[in-house]
Amino acid sequence: MYSNGSELLNLCDKDNLSLYQVIINEEMKQTMMTKEAILKKIDGILEVMVHSVTYAMEHPVSTLGGLIGGESKKLMQYRAVGEGLSDGWILKAMARAFSALEHNGSMGRICAAPTAGSCGILPAALITMAEKYNLSRQLILEGMVVASGVGKIISENATVAGAEGGCQAECGSAAAMTAAALVYMMGGSPKTSFDAAAIALKNIMGLICDPIAGLVEAPCAKRNASGVVNAITSADMALAGIQSIIPFDEVVEAMYTVGKNMHTDFKETARGGMAATPTGRLLADKLK
Amino acid sequence: MSKNLSIFDVLGPVMIGPSSSHTAGAARLGKMARYICEEDISSVEIQLHGSFKETGKGHGTEMALVAGLMGFEPDDERLRKAMDLAQGTLAVSFKKVDLGYAHPNTARFIIEKSDGVIMDITGSSLGGGEVIITNINGFEVALKGNYFTIITKHFDKRGIISQVTTLLSKGSVNIGNMKVSRNIHTQEAIMVIETDEGVPTEIIKQIKGLNEMIGVMIVNPVRGEIHV
Repeated sequence: MYSNGSELLNLCDKDNLSLYQVIINEEMKQTMMTKEAILKKIDGILEVMVHSVTYAMEHPVSTLGGLIGGESKKLMQYRAVGEGLSDGWILKAMARAFSALEHNGSMGRICAAPTAGSCGILPAALITMAEKYNLSRQLILEGMVVASGVGKIISENATVAGAEGGCQAECGSAAAMTAAALVYMMGGSPKTSFDAAAIALKNIMGLICDPIAGLVEAPCAKRNASGVVNAITSADMALAGIQSIIPFDEVVEAMYTVGKNMHTDFKETARGGMAATPTGRLLADKLK
Repeated sequence: MSKNLSIFDVLGPVMIGPSSSHTAGAARLGKMARYICEEDISSVEIQLHGSFKETGKGHGTEMALVAGLMGFEPDDERLRKAMDLAQGTLAVSFKKVDLGYAHPNTARFIIEKSDGVIMDITGSSLGGGEVIITNINGFEVALKGNYFTIITKHFDKRGIISQVTTLLSKGSVNIGNMKVSRNIHTQEAIMVIETDEGVPTEIIKQIKGLNEMIGVMIVNPVRGEIHV
């Protein structure tokens, strides 16, 4: 049993196990499912994710609110010209994150990770990274287990809901989960995974949830794209040996406190931030 | 803050977008209403309250509610075509209402069954796909759709509760939770019993046959497995 990051790290140290091994062992105990059954279920989820992060790269979608659509394709076309400031695989990961949100906004089938509004970050980063380094499907599944274990800790000790903690709780948690998984997939230690997760969460601490017209479209889609980059850079920092000065568990607690103290205008109510700008209000009126 | 989550509480649900509360939760609410009506719905007026009323359009909430009423799961790709698919089989109308202090994401279903019986069901979407049915035909309930549930409507007479629970134990059904509420004016009561197993048909028949019984409803769990 682990209820926070330091307990999970202790379990890894005690028996010299990886994050993946400890998290899946605990999941087996808790759900009475076999390892094979858990991995099969995650494999099915990965299938849904692969489709959602690919679909809008190639197909024009029309979302319910019409605030987004075509971003994924634009990034891929920009990437094809070869003049991107970001490296090619980063651009592709961003395009994939956009695809998931465009797909979600047009009533496509997605997997919340941890929420629908942040569903692009984890799959976009893991799938694109595995493609870049030619990693096995099994390793992606293991990365997803690691990410879920980290997300579970955030969920149990704080919140992953925008209505409770703002965007930092949604896209922040997704980026933290993803950063930990990327480190694991690159062969980093459990401690390094948690450093990466802590850094990612700190990077957007305080970010509010301010959806225009209350819809899961804007600025959500762009924050998924920037969330992927947050996860990748946080993983890089940690893998380079840069540690999080504040331990992961304390960062999670701080995020929760910040979220609780956040005014309700900034927690998914569409009364603050981008939603409350003159343009945001105009768009909301048009959609009524 | 809830403890001891599964990793699938974080990775999931697999759902039709865009919103777990306004789309997936709405579909689950519709599905629970369908179970409560014994999957027999001729027409329905769906009343939308709060955020369902304000932002439902941009979240596909109306389509999702109808999809649930037709028995579709929240991850069923037919969800976005629910309005078209309902044509000719289910008469649907919508009304924007103010239900007072109800949860912001609340829908009320006024359902007519094929025999003309009217069912009045209210429920809310709590976030993350979690839902709760709060009222059935004027009786306050708290159904979350996570367990097999048997709801009895009966005359408020001595001994009726033990007669029902005895029959359940005869059918090897273990009771998890139980709640009784009554209307002192009509002398009627409602009992909501959550069980670990589905109740055998024969036992349901015997419960229905009890003297004081007015009606019995069975609600299957709607959370289910992630369909992938």
